[in-house]
Parts: sequence; C-alpha cells; structure tokens
Amino acid sequence: MELIESPLQDLKKEVSTGTTIIAVQYQDGVIIGADSRTSSGSYAVNRVTDKLTPVHDYIYCLRSGSAADTQIIASYVSYYLNMFSIEEGCLPTVKKAAHMFREFCYQNKQYLLASIIVAGWDEENGGCVYNVPLGGSIIKQPFAIGGSGSSYLYGYCDIHFKENMTEEEAISFVSKGITEAIARDGSSGGICRIATINKDGVKRRTIYGNELQKFWEK
Amino acid sequence: MQPKKKTLRPIVTGSSVLGIKYKDGVILASDTLGSYGSLARFRDIRRIVPITKHTVIGGTGEFSDFQEITKILRQKIIENQELVESGKEEDELLPSEIHSYLSRVLYGRRNKFNPLWNDVVVAGFEKGKVHMGTVDLWGSYFEDDIIATGYGTYFALPLMRKAYKKDMERDKALEVLRDCLTVLFYRDCRTINRYVFAEITKEGVNITDPVEIETKWEIADWQEGKL
Repeated sequence: MELIESPLQDLKKEVSTGTTIIAVQYQDGVIIGADSRTSSGSYAVNRVTDKLTPVHDYIYCLRSGSAADTQIIASYVSYYLNMFSIEEGCLPTVKKAAHMFREFCYQNKQYLLASIIVAGWDEENGGCVYNVPLGGSIIKQPFAIGGSGSSYLYGYCDIHFKENMTEEEAISFVSKGITEAIARDGSSGGICRIATINKDGVKRRTIYGNELQKFWEK
Repeated sequence: MQPKKKTLRPIVTGSSVLGIKYKDGVILASDTLGSYGSLARFRDIRRIVPITKHTVIGGTGEFSDFQEITKILRQKIIENQELVESGKEEDELLPSEIHSYLSRVLYGRRNKFNPLWNDVVVAGFEKGKVHMGTVDLWGSYFEDDIIATGYGTYFALPLMRKAYKKDMERDKALEVLRDCLTVLFYRDCRTINRYVFAEITKEGVNITDPVEIETKWEIADWQEGKL
C-alpha cells in the first residue's frame, strides 16, 4: 500500500478531468466556466486544460469524467451536428446537441465514464443548459454544476443563483464558484476558463491562477 | 482490553517536504496543507516543527502520526533534560541522536504492523556541521545533503541535484527550493500555494510565517481551443 500515491502508480490510473464545471443561463444566453486541471490520481497531467469544448458555432460542452471518453464523444457529436446543420440548412438547437450527447452516453453506458454539461444559444429558445450525467439521463436546468469540485458548490449555488442575471453578475457567479472549488478540491486547479455565448457568438476569457480571487484562506 | 488503534490507511495527509544544505546551514520547506483525500481541508497546518534549539523535523503522510512523533521526541528531550540537570548526561540531544532514536521508534512500530504513517525529515546543526536525513514508515534511515519526500522525490530531487553545489549561497538555496515548490504546486494535486521555510544555522532555528510564491500561467493561451 502506497504512502501517498506515487506518479508511477498514478500513471496507470485512468486520466480523468477531476474537475469543476459550471454552466449558467443568463439574460442574453449562457455563461460557462471550468477549471484547467487534468489529473491522474494525484498527478496533474495537464495544468492548463481547455474543458470548454465547442461542438458547433453557438453550442459548447463542458466535460468531466474520463478525458478520453469525453473527448471522443464530443468529436462524434460535433461531426454529426455539423453534418446535420449542412443538410438542414440551419443552425442546430442546443436541445438537439444535448440529445445527441445523451444518445451516445446512454447507449454505451457500460463502457463510458462521462458526465457532460451542454450549453449554448439558439434562436428559438435563447440560452439553454442541459445536464447529461453518468448513465445518460438528460435534464434541462437553469444552471448546472459538475465534476468532483462541484460537491463544494451546491451550497454556494443554491444560495446565490438568480434567474435572468446580467452578464456581469453571471460571470461573477461562475468565476467565484470555480475559484472556491479550485481552493478546496485537489482534483481541480489551475486557471478559470470562462465563455459567454449569446446571439453575438462566443466570447472567451481566462482568469489566471494568481489573479483568482482569494476567499477565506485558512 | 484496550481497543485496537492501528493506523490502517492515512486520512489527513501532508505532501512533500524538501531540504537542502547550504554554506551556513540547512533550509527545509513544505506547504501548509492537510488533505482529506482530495479535499484541501486544513490549509494552515505546520508540517515542519522545531524539536530542540538546533533541530527541526518535517513530516509527509498521516498528520496525526506526525503530531504523535512530535510528542514522542519532545518527551525524549524532556527526559534527557532531566538527566542533563542531574549530571548524568552531557548536553542536549543532538540532531543525529534524535534521528537515530526516531528510526528505532518507526522500525519498532513497523515490526508490530502498526506503523506511524510518515516520511520524516530530521535536520539540525551539531558540532559545527549540518545533519540532515529522513526516516520513513518502514524504518529506513537515510542521510544526504539534499532531501525530498513524497512527490518531491520525483519532481524536486532531480532539480535540486542539478542545482546543488557544496557550500552554496543562501539565496541560491532558497531559489532552488522556490522553483521546486512551484513545480510541485503545478503538478501535485495535493498541494496549495502557501509555504513555510525553516532555516537552521549555528545560531539556531528560524521558521518563517506562510508565504505565497508567484506562478506562471501564460502557456494557458497556447492550450486554448485544443482538446
């Protein structure tokens, strides 16, 4: 039995995005945020990961669980969404993308370790957030949190979430959440990547490790 | 009959401890985190503590066992003090004696299948020279000029070995330690950016208050948009 998990043992473990991911519906669309650590046991394989993965122009997915599983599912969904939108001559709805993720996750549930949040903007419905957890259920929510670090945010989110926030309020909600989760969850860390998705497209930003707000530190 | 209190697996754990000798003494460094599995639960603990005026120990692994080791050693110091005062012993226990005693304690516990689940660094000043080494939960005793425990053995030791020169300057030693601590913060999931340095010279022991070290995240821009 190892004293502390050594990297040699760690590298035999599944590489997972032990993670914190948040998606929030706001006035004009959605705000999504994630940390940037990919861990294998207690070794940080990638400290600047980008977990905000586009599957179409106005639709992103937030990945948690096995890095390999979520990467390949996102690739498949983005391929099919692209094909269908060309065939149909219009942009896909977030609902379509979410249901596609669900199909992959549900039909292959024995093989996969994937917990995904699908968020984006479409003309009919504005900003939408769908949660596709382990097992392949699909649940539409005004906000969704996922990953190992999310355990530390249920209290924070339940107390501070409001419907129809402004962009600034929503970004503050997401970045503070990610920051707190990074502070407490060993499997989350690095920087906070945030994206705003609305009718004007996708705007990405990064809050670096040393710029993250400091809350009670002891 | 006493209930069994074996340490089956570590619960609250501390990560790496680093140590490097320099011209005038030795510097140890560690972060101030006590992890509860993957939860960064206790963010202001001290994993490097003074034992005598000239000795310091640092501990990786189960924090309660480290606290127990601190108690055991301080008790030994008190017993030795009494002998010194009654003229039976010469002087305060030396770092090498403390180190040796600790290795017997840990080995004895391992033989009873009830280890103190730690990797302990013992460092101090005796007879004009630095003594530094480790003892682990199996009772293995080891002395060297550069020491690292936990993840530090994999990430910090190679860096320290490259940079170490006998009788190096204090600033250089601190720089090496800071670089190693930064790498560990990047790569070890069970660390935080809050460190304590313990310096031991012939004057005695000086343990700093917790400090933060600057980190670099520019490479994040190159990773954006990539899977």
